[in-house]
Amino acid sequence: MKAVTGNLLSDGSVVYLGDDDQWTSDIGAAARFEDDDALPVIAAAQLRVTEIADAYLIDVEPSGAPVGRAVIRETIRSAGPTVRTDLGLQAECCG
Amino acid sequence: MKLLKFSGNLLAPALEEPLSEVMLDDWRANRQAHAGATALAIPNDASLGDIVEDLSGFSTVILTFPTFKDGRAYSQARIIRERFFYTGEIRARGDVLRDQILFMTRCGFDAFEFESGDANDALGEFSFAYQASADRVEPVWRQRLSRAAAA
Amino acid sequence: MYRYDEFDATIVAERVSQFRGQVERRLAGELTEDQFKPLRLMNGLYLQLHAYMLRVAIPYGTLSSKQMRMLSAIARKYDKGYGHFTTRQNIQFNWPALVDVPDILDDLASVEMHAIQTSGNCIRNVTSDQYAGAAADEIEDPRIWCEVIRQWSTFHPEFSFLPRKFKIAVTASDTDRAAVKVHDIGLRLHKNDAGEAGFEVIVGGGLGRTPYVGHTIREFLPKKYLLSYLEAILRVYNLEGRRDNLYKARIKILVNSEGATTFADMVEAEWAAIKKNEIDLPAEEIDRIRDYFAPPAFDKLPETSAALEERRNSDKDFARWLRTNTHEHKTPGYAIVNISLKPIGGIPGDASDVQMAAVADIAEQYSHDEIRVTHEQNLVLPHVKRDDLYAVWKALDAQALATPNIGLVSDIIACPGLDYCSLANTRSIPIAQRISERFADLNEEEDIGELKIKISGCINACGHHHVGHIGILGVDKKGEEFYQITLGGSGAEDASLGEIVGRGLSSGDAVDAVEKLIGFYRQRRQSGERFLDTYRRLGAEPFKEALYEAA
Repeated sequence: MKAVTGNLLSDGSVVYLGDDDQWTSDIGAAARFEDDDALPVIAAAQLRVTEIADAYLIDVEPSGAPVGRAVIRETIRSAGPTVRTDLGLQAECCG
Repeated sequence: MKLLKFSGNLLAPALEEPLSEVMLDDWRANRQAHAGATALAIPNDASLGDIVEDLSGFSTVILTFPTFKDGRAYSQARIIRERFFYTGEIRARGDVLRDQILFMTRCGFDAFEFESGDANDALGEFSFAYQASADRVEPVWRQRLSRAAAA
Repeated sequence: MYRYDEFDATIVAERVSQFRGQVERRLAGELTEDQFKPLRLMNGLYLQLHAYMLRVAIPYGTLSSKQMRMLSAIARKYDKGYGHFTTRQNIQFNWPALVDVPDILDDLASVEMHAIQTSGNCIRNVTSDQYAGAAADEIEDPRIWCEVIRQWSTFHPEFSFLPRKFKIAVTASDTDRAAVKVHDIGLRLHKNDAGEAGFEVIVGGGLGRTPYVGHTIREFLPKKYLLSYLEAILRVYNLEGRRDNLYKARIKILVNSEGATTFADMVEAEWAAIKKNEIDLPAEEIDRIRDYFAPPAFDKLPETSAALEERRNSDKDFARWLRTNTHEHKTPGYAIVNISLKPIGGIPGDASDVQMAAVADIAEQYSHDEIRVTHEQNLVLPHVKRDDLYAVWKALDAQALATPNIGLVSDIIACPGLDYCSLANTRSIPIAQRISERFADLNEEEDIGELKIKISGCINACGHHHVGHIGILGVDKKGEEFYQITLGGSGAEDASLGEIVGRGLSSGDAVDAVEKLIGFYRQRRQSGERFLDTYRRLGAEPFKEALYEAA
């Protein structure tokens, strides 16, 4: 499955497109799409140029976790640097 | 296509007078056939080594930016102005953007095929330049010398 | 050090205003990201994995205490309390918001700093010897010429959209601490037979996907022609460098496809046609710049310090730090102090806002207000009295800045890797941390001696793995991190490119492999041999065998 991700234009932080069409920093709250359905969604997301610096699709499992070729990159993006676990989303949640 | 040209120190929209353009290769292949051409279009990968003789008959030279990231025409313009002493119009064509027009001007361009409005703000963003270029702006080091001499 | 006059200050201030306008136009949607990206890059602003990253120029690695304090303040106010010193003698902030960047640049401008041309396909921040002005073996301060180049290259109208980025390094010593042979242009100041100083011009070195050691295209260039000669090289490159393939666009590809001799001819022909007196600075302007680099007022001191010798004899930890982290100064009674940013298990090159402020204070009190950044991601206090070394050591140690490991196995260069970088394929920092922890025994480190381990998280080679005595390159295989080892590289005056040994290893196996290689070296070394020397004497094969013999 696919999810839409990007970095907010204003501060560069990692976000995902949620079910309500709003951006969320929680990959668990990202809307998930079948591969074919994702194309019009990403096309629409890329038009939101004053909200995000870029937007692209990532592969996710039905559970929402990143999967596939970019799994390490996207896992680190969703959580924060593995060498600074006090920073990024990993530091905010689950405390 | 909008065309901007200098009027004094300001860029102003210019009336697009009809140009009779010829590509450099076509000109070199058959000068007779293009005897009436007024503008020479030089691709940005063309060698300029022997171009000086071609320039004199043209009132306009057109240099191209296929994308704004392809900066070869900056060097071409400086060579044509500073080494070949060309005094006609050098026109920028292609991906000509507001934030590159100052660099183009400094390299000797004085006409711009520019889509998006006014570019004069961009020209005024810097009061000084460190290096001499084709625009005859006095570089900072020379201004320092004059100032030291006056002091 | 150099101080801005009103021209420099105006140019930098106007640059900030220009960028503020560009940010506003981007936020308003008047610029697309494609159009904005090269503009923000030329102001050092990247978009990385988690956030924007701002790369601030530290021209030729020289900082005043006031400037270091400002970096500390920026880390605290706009970032997350730290910064990362890089192999290009710059500092990177990992978390600034785009909307804050113009304000950060204003703060930097207030202490004569900027982020101009720290990215983009333009002439980047010029790097130099971190011991410039203090080293006993230099023929003059190379930073004079770095500043000449900095001004010439700043907003150069012709060379701001080159085929690819362009890096220049300058040294004035026979011992090359600036890696001049692996830069787009390396300049080595030396004296000719007549005793005049001039530049050896080395072109086309570089790392990345296709590493090359540079070629000397001119043995001796009189100093006064430096800028016109650089302009000729850059013009040839701008016109002839490849633009069809990102990976073949650096000048090294042009130099090697044309051949160094032909390339030199092209440069000489262009140089002959350039109007030199429009470009080369007159002697008065060079002298004006030179005056800023006049040595500080050193005290007349005896060569040795009795206080120091007493402490050396009574405190073994201090004695060790003296051995590993200090270097001979050209002035009697003074020393150069290296500040390690490589604590055991730490992140290479990272410094907290508190550490930066502490270094600023120490430099102000003990080092004539000067700090240097090294391409090996450490800091330097260039001018410390030997009498003060004990106090400096104590002050550094209190901030965890006195790890005695300069040039040793745990003094590792590592790029930010996939923990931060959007181009990386694998992480680099965790490998550095694990190697460093494996060799935490400082006696063992000293016994192993000089060993340069360099780690890159992708083929772009920001961690300089090609020139590591042991290089480690991270490669991604179907979503798993593997690490490939190279041996025998050097970025110094004996520059060479490392040779790949064997297949990619898991991160754990890579750390084990480093240990095995070092073990083999210790068995086979002859007296006085560094790892690199033993490798060069024995060749790759025995090291490979040692690596792959049944574990």
